[in-house]
Amino acid sequence: MPALKRVAALLMPLLLAAAALAAPTAPALKAGVFEPPRQAPEFALRGSDGAVLNLARYRGKLVLLSFGFTHCAAVCPTTLATLAQARKALGAAAGAVQVVFVTVDPERDSPAQMKAYLAAFDPSFVGGAGQPEALAAMRKDYGVVANKVPMGGSYAVDHTSSIFLIDREGKLRAMMPYGRDARDFVHDIQLLLAQ
Amino acid sequence: MHKRWLRNGGLLLLVCGLAALAWAAWAAFSPVTAASRDALFEIPAGTWARRMAGDKIEILPDTIRLTLGVNDVLLLKNLDDVPQVFGPALIMPGQSFRLPFEQASTYSFACTAHASGQMNVIVDPHPERGWPALRWRLRRLASAV
Repeated sequence: MPALKRVAALLMPLLLAAAALAAPTAPALKAGVFEPPRQAPEFALRGSDGAVLNLARYRGKLVLLSFGFTHCAAVCPTTLATLAQARKALGAAAGAVQVVFVTVDPERDSPAQMKAYLAAFDPSFVGGAGQPEALAAMRKDYGVVANKVPMGGSYAVDHTSSIFLIDREGKLRAMMPYGRDARDFVHDIQLLLAQ
Repeated sequence: MHKRWLRNGGLLLLVCGLAALAWAAWAAFSPVTAASRDALFEIPAGTWARRMAGDKIEILPDTIRLTLGVNDVLLLKNLDDVPQVFGPALIMPGQSFRLPFEQASTYSFACTAHASGQMNVIVDPHPERGWPALRWRLRRLASAV
């Protein structure tokens, strides 16, 4: 009997290793994945819909969080058009997805201006405006960069263009770099919603 | 004596030439693969403390070169005990960030860890058999040397 136990003790690690190898691995996201994921930092901004904009509002939904400004010439319109396209491609599942667009230009972006701007892409998109200090604190929490660049008599803002993917439990799961296809978003959204 | 040396030297040259040719043939026609597709960069423990003490530590190069199908996954790990902006992401202590690439292109990321404020990732297409594979292996050999 003790011999049997010894054999079992010897075989157990091998069996566990074999089981681990045989277990199906989770399909990989197209976005960059944080491992282990952390709780996405909470924030409280002025929403373009007139309500307080925070993450708690969207618990149970997948949040696509991006940073930009309404005077942006290229990056922000491209990102928002891609996200609108992805939502359209998702069909009924789009109801479980919320796009949040937070301004890096509080001087020019009011909630009302953001509402009008975002409606041109997808009326369900919600913008976040607020005091410069609150927005700067949020950027720090997410590792987002934003720098004013003079441009003629006006200015533009160089900013992080990646999109953060926050799951239904409010965990910061991944970050999609700028320039990826709507299909990549659909792929990742479907995977995250299925978990 | 001199003739024998010349003969031996010539033989050696011939053997070296044949070996180089054999390597070039292998390098050109053997499929380019890798055991792991991860290009791993780690922030070692104590980096923040060393930076605070005035050490100028550069962990991530300004430009990272990847190759599709060979090493096309950027894997960043923070082994330090404070959060770090590492390339395109803010990474918590003990956390990793794994970013796969599927298209050959140049990707630019805002990165406060670099003096230029930017980090570039150049993703090259997968080297096909023939000259592209040979050129890829020669470049790898040169960078290793």
